[in-house]
Amino acid sequence: MAVIAARDLRKSYDGQNVVAGVSFSVAPGECYGLLGPNGAGKTTTLRLCLGLTEPDGGSVELMQIPVPGEARRARARVGVVPQMDNLDPDFTVTENLLVYGRYFGLDERTLGERIPKLLEFAGLASRGGARIQTLSGGMKRRLTLARALINDPDIVFMDEPTTGLDPQARHLIWERLKQLLSEGKTLVLTTHFMEEAERLCARLAIMDHGRFITEGSPRELIARHIEPHVVEVHGDGVMDWADREAAPLAARVERSGDTVFCYAAEPAPLLASLAKREELRYLHRPASLEDVFLKLTGRELRD
Amino acid sequence: MQLFRPPLPSLRFVPVWRRNLLVWRKLAIASVLGNLADPLIYVLGLGYGLGAILPEVGGVPYVTFLAAGMVCSSTMNTASFEAMYSAFSRMHVQRTWDAIMNAPVDLDDVVLAELVWAASKSVLSGLAILVVIWALGLSNSPLSLWVLALTPLIGLTFAALGLSVTALAWNYDFFMYYFTLVMTPMMMLSGVFFPVEQLPALFRGLAAILPLSHAVELARPLLLGRIPEHILLHLGVLLAYAAAGFYAATVLLRKRLLK
Repeated sequence: MAVIAARDLRKSYDGQNVVAGVSFSVAPGECYGLLGPNGAGKTTTLRLCLGLTEPDGGSVELMQIPVPGEARRARARVGVVPQMDNLDPDFTVTENLLVYGRYFGLDERTLGERIPKLLEFAGLASRGGARIQTLSGGMKRRLTLARALINDPDIVFMDEPTTGLDPQARHLIWERLKQLLSEGKTLVLTTHFMEEAERLCARLAIMDHGRFITEGSPRELIARHIEPHVVEVHGDGVMDWADREAAPLAARVERSGDTVFCYAAEPAPLLASLAKREELRYLHRPASLEDVFLKLTGRELRD
Repeated sequence: MQLFRPPLPSLRFVPVWRRNLLVWRKLAIASVLGNLADPLIYVLGLGYGLGAILPEVGGVPYVTFLAAGMVCSSTMNTASFEAMYSAFSRMHVQRTWDAIMNAPVDLDDVVLAELVWAASKSVLSGLAILVVIWALGLSNSPLSLWVLALTPLIGLTFAALGLSVTALAWNYDFFMYYFTLVMTPMMMLSGVFFPVEQLPALFRGLAAILPLSHAVELARPLLLGRIPEHILLHLGVLLAYAAAGFYAATVLLRKRLLK
């Protein structure tokens, strides 16, 4: 039985379809990813799931509770890590958790038991009395994650949980999210980081212009949409090389700035050709989710 | 979207109110001093300074006349300030409301919490002035205690109006318009500094529809030891403004935050 069931969700602002018929379901204990360029409709999809805005069409159920109809009841069993930091700057670390727990109607005893464990989980056990302004970006993010767990939720929604963090902080967050998955929590996250999605998500959807373009496990998506080998080439005369030699040898050739991307099932002929061209530098690697993403959503900038 | 349905808040507003209380407690002394200093300066400065060269106003010494106006305007100011600048910080700058609404708390709950909180703070302001009034011996009627019961309603009324302005604001400067174009003229027209009867007929008519004049019409007789006339009318006008402001703030904030 799915813990999240969204059917044909639609939402438009000023005649623009921000979410244009999105359906998906998430199984208990699954990590589900929503990927897409800026403005694809990811955040609006999350807001619809939480009942923070009413859909123009379609329906959402969280644990069989209809949203937004009974959103208050549904949100009692959900945690949220928002995109923008909205910790309470007037409070200490511990007070942030305490005050947030009260919004769920939790009594002081329950909170007294949970808060030390959550501080431990977030690696903030020694910082309980610290003011929010004194925390690093990574600490704030971990505290936001701990705050989202104060009600021991069944589902945690995360909107770009690691954006703006350095690699160390990001890896620590990933570690904690895996721990949550092993405890049986269901996670839904939006992200720009393909690496994040590949590491964490059992299934994911790539979204653009308010629609799902594709959905599946990271491996399935790579197998379905893209050739297994990528050769990235740059250097003097690379465009000429691409036209004359690479085109017949690769399944697809893409140009982006000064770099040529060659996608192929069999890379050997391409590499042989490159061996004769010393002025060209290249990188041969297996295809990744990022290649799928760029193929499906294009390489042009989104703002 | 059920934009126009009436507000349906729940008891979940209480923890939001408690959140604001906890912040306030950290700054309580500065806050109380601030609430007290401004109206105190008016009462002492204008009341005794200007009062010394004035004959009796409305049959009493000017400082006594002014004190009733200051209780009402100080309550109004505190509620308005809290529902505008402070609520705007929580809504727009700190995004505190966004975090709250990810918990099982609806916007209707947050709106009610902000109104009740602003009213709570304004009661403290009103009480502070009353204590000064009693200490200076400007009122010694037991009826003056009823003014304290009136301050929550004055606070709610102006909190609701202020929060409606907040719903339309995109920066702090916006509130200056409301202060200079609405609140300051209202203080001049509502019998805070001088009797409404001094005004030309046109302005007297205008004063009759302003909520602050109805608050003053109740507070002044009570401080002077008299039972006010038309109690139900004055209470009714304040309640109507409070209800209309609550509804307007809720609808405007739904439109702004839940689209």
